[in-house]
Amino acid sequence: MKALIAARAIITRELARFVTQRERFFAALVRPLVWLFVFAAGFRAALGLSIIPPYKTYISYETYIVPGLCGMILLFSGMQSSLSLVNDRESGTMRLMLTAPWPRWFLLGAKLLAGAMVGLLQVAIFLVIAWGYGLKFSLIGYLAALPALALAGIMLGALGLFLSARIRQLENFAGVMNFVIFPMFFLSTALYPLWKMQESSPLLATLCEINPFTHAVELVRFALYGQMNLAALGWTVLAFALFFGLALLGYEPARTRSR
Amino acid sequence: MIRTLLLTTLLASPALADEIWVTNEMDDTLSVIDVDTLTVKATYAIGERPRGITFSKDFKYLYVCASDSNAVQVIDPDTGKVLHDLPSGDDPEQFVLAPDDRLLYIANENDAVTTVVDTQTRKVVAQIDVGVEPEGMGISPDGKVQVTTSETTNMAHWIDTQTHKIIANSLVDSRPRHAEFSPDGSELWVSSEIGGTVAVLDAATQVEKGKISFAIKGVRAEKIQPVGMLFSPDATKVFVALGPANHIAVVDAKTLKVERYILVGRRVWHMAFSPDQTRLFTTNGVSGDVTVIDVASLEPVATIKVGRFPWGAAARPTP
Repeated sequence: MKALIAARAIITRELARFVTQRERFFAALVRPLVWLFVFAAGFRAALGLSIIPPYKTYISYETYIVPGLCGMILLFSGMQSSLSLVNDRESGTMRLMLTAPWPRWFLLGAKLLAGAMVGLLQVAIFLVIAWGYGLKFSLIGYLAALPALALAGIMLGALGLFLSARIRQLENFAGVMNFVIFPMFFLSTALYPLWKMQESSPLLATLCEINPFTHAVELVRFALYGQMNLAALGWTVLAFALFFGLALLGYEPARTRSR
Repeated sequence: MIRTLLLTTLLASPALADEIWVTNEMDDTLSVIDVDTLTVKATYAIGERPRGITFSKDFKYLYVCASDSNAVQVIDPDTGKVLHDLPSGDDPEQFVLAPDDRLLYIANENDAVTTVVDTQTRKVVAQIDVGVEPEGMGISPDGKVQVTTSETTNMAHWIDTQTHKIIANSLVDSRPRHAEFSPDGSELWVSSEIGGTVAVLDAATQVEKGKISFAIKGVRAEKIQPVGMLFSPDATKVFVALGPANHIAVVDAKTLKVERYILVGRRVWHMAFSPDQTRLFTTNGVSGDVTVIDVASLEPVATIKVGRFPWGAAARPTP
């Protein structure tokens, strides 16, 4: 029960921070929408992409990138939420949180959940706008996408958490952008199908396949069509376990104390 | 006894489904699609370069224009075997079966004639000189007027089926490919491939009463080449295949406004409704597949691989 109160406090704080930061909310939406309306419109794919699972017929490029843009929102949101920990560390709020009488994994897990919820909120609004634009999925698709998006959000949040344990100053966020977010996003199936990557370079395709972000996006993509991609699920869970484990190591009491 | 009966019914049931028959222009084959499972359940080899395809009214015979075999082939749809050839004139591309279920009007692309063949006597009844490269073939619901469009002359030729004489010519946009009468017979719709338009002609006066143009966001105008057309079962909509634009346009039959564009495979050519008329099957030549559209929601639901360059399609209800 008390654990719930602690978790709720962390989640409420995260949500409150998100709601009060209007600019952040706006920015979080503008980014994928610019991709959808500008990038996808400029890309001549109104003639349809060839058929790959989970699709059963030809789809427009706009339809193809929706799951990738959902992933993009979660990626940025996960990074932002976890990197706010760097800020928390500087301001001393983190000490307050970490000294709560609960195990570290629990506190960090609550933080992850909080971040994922913020991400899900953004994705939901994005999907509503996409729906209005004519990019519609079935009700089953939306429902199935929810757990997939949540898992993807937690996995990407865990990655951010792991990075936040390593990053000392907030200014380094730009570095994270360059070395983590961009390569992760571009070297994935978010913007182009794997076969397209394979065509341009087998090395890129291999990098794409290793990239956990690819699997998060594919998990969401299949879920949006009411289908399960077991391989993507396995990779996403594995990536989460790895990142979260590393994050826990990074936030290990003995280490944090010595700093 | 009952068990055997039940068993035979169960075993026989997979064969008892509505079908869509597709001509594969490059493979010289027919693909038979099971409408329930949306899979190809049979492929039959037939004459060279099969294009136009239609069933007799009782669905006992399938007629196919085997263009490079210079024949219309009559096929038993139960076995997929060619029963006999009909004399069709040179290079038959498209045809239309008269409402009397007996006469076939065939466009002979190379000879600039329309050949009329009696499917029962298997004899040529008449040959009518028309414009250069005839292709589109339509017939009025009462069977009194047949229309042949000629691709190079850019005309719709109105032929009296009693006298087999041209009674009128209507000039349309460049390269008319297909002619379709409205179910009430009051209008004739003609699609112009190069012109990129569909002309709606008054059947009584043979005068154009409307024209439809198309525009798809992100698709160059010259890619929009209307070909096949089909009236919806309730005659409120017309589906127009836009060739290399890879889309089907849904046109309101009254206002002539395009309601919607549906993304399908590459170079969509012709269409057929499922026998229950809930689904529309489009032949996509370049991508070698058939896209299935849900008629109620106008959403594409699946795409099925068939042979190379599927051209025409025809539906057969459960035998």
